Amino acid sequence: MLEIKNLHVAVEGKEILSGINLTVNAGEVHAVMGPNGSGKSTLSHVLAGKEGYEVTKGSILFKEKSLLDLEPEERAGEGVFLAFQYPIEIAGVNNVYMLKAALNGIRAYRGESELSSVQFLKMVKDKVKAVGLDEGLLNRQVNSGFSGGEKKKNEIFQLSVLEPTLAVLDETDSGLDIDALKAVADGVNKLRIATRAFIVVTHYQRLLDHIVPDFVHVLSKGKIVRTGDKELALTLEERGYDWLAEENLV
Amino acid sequence: MASNAENIENLVGQSYEAGFYTDIEQEMLPPGLNEATIRFISAKKNEPEWLLEWRLKCYQQFLSMTEPVWANVTYPSVDLQAISYYAAPKRDEDRPKSLDEIDPKILETYEKLGIPLQEQKVLAGIAVDIVFDSVSVHTTFREKLAEVGVIFCSFSDAVREYPDLVRKYLGTVVPARDNYFSALNSAVFSDGSFVYIPKNTRCPMELSTYFRMNAENSGQFERTLIIADEGSYVSYLEGCTAPMRDENQLHAAVVELVTMDDAEIKYSTVQNWYPGDEDGKGGIYNFVTKRADCRGKRSKVSWTQVETGSAITWKYPSCILRGDYSVGEFYSVALTNNLQQADTGTKMVHLGKETKSTIISKGISAGKSENAYRGLVRVGGSAENARNYTQCDSLLLGDRSAAHTFPYIECKNPTAQIEHEASTSKISEDQLFYLRSRGIQQEDAINMIVNGFCKEVLKELPMEFAVEAQKLLGISLEGSVG
Repeated sequence: MLEIKNLHVAVEGKEILSGINLTVNAGEVHAVMGPNGSGKSTLSHVLAGKEGYEVTKGSILFKEKSLLDLEPEERAGEGVFLAFQYPIEIAGVNNVYMLKAALNGIRAYRGESELSSVQFLKMVKDKVKAVGLDEGLLNRQVNSGFSGGEKKKNEIFQLSVLEPTLAVLDETDSGLDIDALKAVADGVNKLRIATRAFIVVTHYQRLLDHIVPDFVHVLSKGKIVRTGDKELALTLEERGYDWLAEENLV
Repeated sequence: MASNAENIENLVGQSYEAGFYTDIEQEMLPPGLNEATIRFISAKKNEPEWLLEWRLKCYQQFLSMTEPVWANVTYPSVDLQAISYYAAPKRDEDRPKSLDEIDPKILETYEKLGIPLQEQKVLAGIAVDIVFDSVSVHTTFREKLAEVGVIFCSFSDAVREYPDLVRKYLGTVVPARDNYFSALNSAVFSDGSFVYIPKNTRCPMELSTYFRMNAENSGQFERTLIIADEGSYVSYLEGCTAPMRDENQLHAAVVELVTMDDAEIKYSTVQNWYPGDEDGKGGIYNFVTKRADCRGKRSKVSWTQVETGSAITWKYPSCILRGDYSVGEFYSVALTNNLQQADTGTKMVHLGKETKSTIISKGISAGKSENAYRGLVRVGGSAENARNYTQCDSLLLGDRSAAHTFPYIECKNPTAQIEHEASTSKISEDQLFYLRSRGIQQEDAINMIVNGFCKEVLKELPMEFAVEAQKLLGISLEGSVG
């Protein structure tokens, strides 16, 4: 489904990613871990198409299409979704209204007809319960006045409505207490299906206790320095990232 | 990153949908301004002697005044001798008694603008007065409104049919000498709308006036007078469009509102005069004086305006809060694009005790436009416990536009509470990326952010017009993705 080959990315002339190789198949959950500054967020942003990143080398193929040639909204249409580390507040814009515009934008991209308000609201009602988001937040302004946990749940709720085939969760655990973390992870687990892949970017192992990955990749200085299964995450938790960095130098 | 700023600028192209011209037979006064012009207009309308005298007196005052230069706008001085002060569809000779007698081309014009005049087609519950260049061509629902005592007619009809009311209130809110353009208007005004709501009457439908400038080289100088007697309520809306022309056209209107004890007027404007092309050629000079006199106790006036048109806007809908406990509100969205210039805001003059005013202003500047909020809050010595809250927010699109805020506060009473908040922000790239990553096209995303920014104001508009205003904001920001 996703094939990243020798990806080099620079920001303002400084190289952040130095040759990432990563293959993700449908149904898999990949965790990308790494210390601060290792390039985790850069990878998420480049996948979603944020501006300000210069791809100097390499390619990203998503369902045989070059993702790098597509605008962010086209990537969404192809089925890519990014759950933001810091979800953005948009004053005056109703949460559900935004989501309806998003879903219909994606449907239009795929040549599908628009959903009516009635159809949409019915679907929303079902999904909001599934992710455990307070229904009262639906008609609030996008992320405005939401607590940290509500913002992250709202991201997962959007994911459930937009039904991407590749979901990238960028440090979804940051700023969450353990209860909120569990709730968010539960929401994600319900959305794990055979046709959907996840890339879970995180600094800490604790999220992976709840969202159990098939693969764990460790990012350091812009490269994937180690790939393993969920046990790797536990080892990291125990010994820290320095252990790997040192080992790598040898 | 720089490319994003350019993208946003490309997006805010302009397509003016009301820019067509209607080719009809018309009667037009040759350009020029002198006493004879005024006598002609007055005679044309069979006006009583007192009104002609009033006009001539105003003209004398006008001659002693000069064009104001303090606003944050630049344009070559308007040559008032090059303008025609009267343009009317020919059929005015025998004014249409019913819609069948209106020139079908005029009807067509309004159909194209989305304003059907046949009463059965008119949006339920809205009466419309149609002003085409210098004359009112039709007022719908007049008879129905008359049943409850509401007078809604063209200004000319009001002068003929209700001279005492007109004479009692005309010029009492905006005196002719108030400013250069109000003096000019008082001398040469040709038509407009008149509304009187009798005591303890809630006007059963929305009233609206639709202004259209069609003729070339003409100016529109309309006059609106609304009187809400004790305990009455009315919601009134005006809309405006003009054809696309290379020359600038002058629109100098005067609007006077009077509220007596416990009366309320809600006055909404969706202004979409032709803004000129992207090089700043053509467009309307919109130099308008609007003022409300809250004479009665506990009376209230609420101004809501959505301004997307005009090459230059110079306009400050104001409230004189004379009655104790009276309330003034001003909600404004001003969007400028390309080379448009706007200097707009309000004046809240607190004279009565316990008077309250609220000002919410949202300025959006795109292209190379200049957008200024100018507002005065004045609290007189007698205005015990007056309160004002002002919030001015500016949103910049691209990096070549400008936003300015000029708040003036004059307070002569120590019990007053005055609050002022202001913010200026650029449309955030993070917000844009967030929405686009959800599958929303860039253009729609900008539209969504701008509409969200204006929400506090848009929600003050009557429902049907809120939808119209939202669309208009969209059109004004429309363009191709660069």
